[in-house]
Amino acid sequence: MIGVVAYLIFFLSQGLIFAVCCLGLNLQWGNTGLFNVGVSGFYLIGAYTFALLCAPAGSVLLGGFGMPFIVGIIGSMVVTGIAAFIIGVATLRLRADYLAIATIGVAISLRLVALNTTSLTGGAQGFPNVPRPFGGLIQNNFDANLAFFGLMVVIVAVIYFGLEAMVRSPWGRVLRAIREDEPAAASLGKSPFSYRMQSFVIGSALIGLGGAMFASFLGFLSSDNFFSIMTFQVWTMLIIGGSGNNKGAILGAILIWAVWTATGSVAQAVLPTTMQVKGGALQIIFIGLILMLVLLFRPRGILGEEASVSRAVPKGLKKILQKGS
Amino acid sequence: MAESARRDVAVDGHADIALSVREVVAGYTAELDILRGITVEVKKGEIVTVLGPNGAGKSTLIKTVAGLVPVRSGEIKLFGDSLVGVSAHRMVGRGLAYVPQTQNVFAKLSILENLELGAGFRHDRAGMKEDLAKMYELFPRLYERRKQAAGTLSGGERQMVAVARALMARPTMLMLDEPSAGLSPKLVGMVFSKIREVRELGVTMLIVEQNAKAALVISDRGYVLARGEDRVSDAADALLKNPEVGALYLGSKQGLL
Amino acid sequence: MILPQLIADGIVAGSTLALGAIGLTMTYDIMRFANFAHGEFLTFAAYFALMFVSAFGGVQTFGPLTFGWTFIVGLIIAVVLTAILALVLDWLIYRPLRRTNIVITLVIASFGAELMLRNIAVFFWGSQSRFYSTAISIHREILPGVRMSADDIFLVLLTAVLMILLQLFLTRTQLGKEMRAVSDNADLARVTGISVRRIIRWVWIIGGGLAAVSGVLVGLTVQISPENGFSLILPLFAAAIVGGIGSIYGAVAGGLIIGLVESLSVPIMGAQYKLAAAFIVMLVVLLVRPRGIFGAKS
Repeated sequence: MIGVVAYLIFFLSQGLIFAVCCLGLNLQWGNTGLFNVGVSGFYLIGAYTFALLCAPAGSVLLGGFGMPFIVGIIGSMVVTGIAAFIIGVATLRLRADYLAIATIGVAISLRLVALNTTSLTGGAQGFPNVPRPFGGLIQNNFDANLAFFGLMVVIVAVIYFGLEAMVRSPWGRVLRAIREDEPAAASLGKSPFSYRMQSFVIGSALIGLGGAMFASFLGFLSSDNFFSIMTFQVWTMLIIGGSGNNKGAILGAILIWAVWTATGSVAQAVLPTTMQVKGGALQIIFIGLILMLVLLFRPRGILGEEASVSRAVPKGLKKILQKGS
Repeated sequence: MAESARRDVAVDGHADIALSVREVVAGYTAELDILRGITVEVKKGEIVTVLGPNGAGKSTLIKTVAGLVPVRSGEIKLFGDSLVGVSAHRMVGRGLAYVPQTQNVFAKLSILENLELGAGFRHDRAGMKEDLAKMYELFPRLYERRKQAAGTLSGGERQMVAVARALMARPTMLMLDEPSAGLSPKLVGMVFSKIREVRELGVTMLIVEQNAKAALVISDRGYVLARGEDRVSDAADALLKNPEVGALYLGSKQGLL
Repeated sequence: MILPQLIADGIVAGSTLALGAIGLTMTYDIMRFANFAHGEFLTFAAYFALMFVSAFGGVQTFGPLTFGWTFIVGLIIAVVLTAILALVLDWLIYRPLRRTNIVITLVIASFGAELMLRNIAVFFWGSQSRFYSTAISIHREILPGVRMSADDIFLVLLTAVLMILLQLFLTRTQLGKEMRAVSDNADLARVTGISVRRIIRWVWIIGGGLAAVSGVLVGLTVQISPENGFSLILPLFAAAIVGGIGSIYGAVAGGLIIGLVESLSVPIMGAQYKLAAAFIVMLVVLLVRPRGIFGAKS
């Protein structure tokens, strides 16, 4: 029984880390229409920043700095946000599909940096000794996992309520107005670039937070954690849950993570050890198939965009914006 | 293609009707009808002009006939053959050619290539060559510049390329959407005199125009549309004098003349 | 490493990029979406040819080349099968999604298709690198300071021949002119009697076929791996964007430029950052001249 509970806690903790990233992407894509295909890049920045700040000295050549957990969390969000700002300056004026190509380029380039700057990231050897949230306070492994899970629940709840308040505020209405009809929004004196940037930076900082929690959860980082498959997982979670809907983002994250874990376990149980690589491939193919079917037959996802949020946008745009300003 | 169409007509016994649009309701999106029960008829060999204020549905009428706007009800027949539901790219094969109002040439392609594409679906090389010579005879300017990209031409010259490209398909029916749009008064006169020459080739024409006077002068008959319906139809010279047309079209109580 | 050698290496890599980028730029131009799965056509083509070569392969080779007839037949089979793969992908995924008229959905779907195809390749052919031949390709000095293998020279010549054929096809044949017409003005093309659907089919066949040649040549001169396509997708997009989306000449020029940039960046940034170099050049072009070198004003 304890085994099942322990596994469930472990499983849900990782699912909630994905949910944090999914919520960040939902702000960018679901609410602002920013086509960020570089999720794994921002996740990477958050994870390594946290590791560098919080790991004990000597873990890698130039770090870490043994800072407290909360400094690592805030630091990783700030650094990811700054990186997003710099990337945004270069890419947010681009058309949506160019933004996609640019962000995937950022993610690929960042992974190369992580793999090759050994003194900062441990390179191919990996980054060891990344601390867990409550450090030495909790000795028992089960309790530590339980505490981590509790922390994740709190973090996801805070982000969820925060984002709900933001997207329903005048600020959120402007975001959607820009997404639906940029020229109209711009003609009303709203700078689309500035609003996009705010959404991009906040969303990326949340993905960075996800990365930090992931680093802390795993205790060890390798550049292999930051392949494009991670971006794909988060996108699939958002689309299947229902983009534009924060509840959908969380639901999609848990659901797809469950499917992923289940298919992984099945593959592990059924396939001989020599075939494990192929098992991983089948997992991805299966998730890809689900994504395709949803795109074709239920493009709005399970929950879809919340009507109260979206309905008013295309019609009476002007009125909403004036109310908002 | 045209032969078989004419045979059907002979059976129908309305050999003199080239295009008939009857009670057509159509619109770009499911929620909004632009055409609301329009009826227009063009007899073989005629030039018919469709007039009307902005937003009356003139361009939509032509695009609907060309297969670019879904028809919700009513019928459209070319020499007795129904055109409803025929894909836009098959219209040329049915003998119907269409010159859009704007962006009506392939700007990056040469004039010669534009004309060749007009006859794209045809397989009679000899006939194509003959028609090409005919077009160059009709529009000598185009021959001089046949190797040049169409995008480098002036507005009037582009209009010639567009008309010539449409004629290369040997259509039985040619539709022109505002051939005078954006042209200087001098060029407008030139374009309409060319249109009159085109009629000599035996092509029936339906023209949509803002420039009512210039168009009616070369037309046999005209229709005046308002709010997606046909309001007035008469012989061209009668329309020019009709005060009701002036009212519908210009908002004044006088005729156009 | 000295400059002439780097330039020669850049031209070899750039030739394969040029072949791959043509299909990408055509898809982008005519169907208006960035097809992230395009790189997988390169991967699959390499394996299609490998399947044939390993089934019928002998040891015979042409002179100094590392391959013989079976490879040439394998290449042709790869072109045919890859064109079919592209058509099937369009039929199953892209065509139904095109009806919804949301371009971004197509891009997301292509991103998913990319991952699926890459992993289908892992599933069928394994993740380890493979080669067409165990023969060693000898690099000889062909110009002062430039050493190239016979395979490299074959690659560059084949690319040049295909470019000339493509140019003739586009300017001399009815289908080629129709493709240019659809690219120029799809609405007008439709009322001129051109079936855009048919043209889209040919875009997949020609774009997929050229990607196949590119993929097999990469397999010949580098290696065959399920990661080939994904590792090339960024340089391929860079080539298409630098040259100007929609321009076939641009894709060729962009391919060579990116090949040269990658090669020349090696002594400066190190071989591990080649991809980043291509990406930076692309980003600069997007910011300074988003329509690329040959792209039309929009």
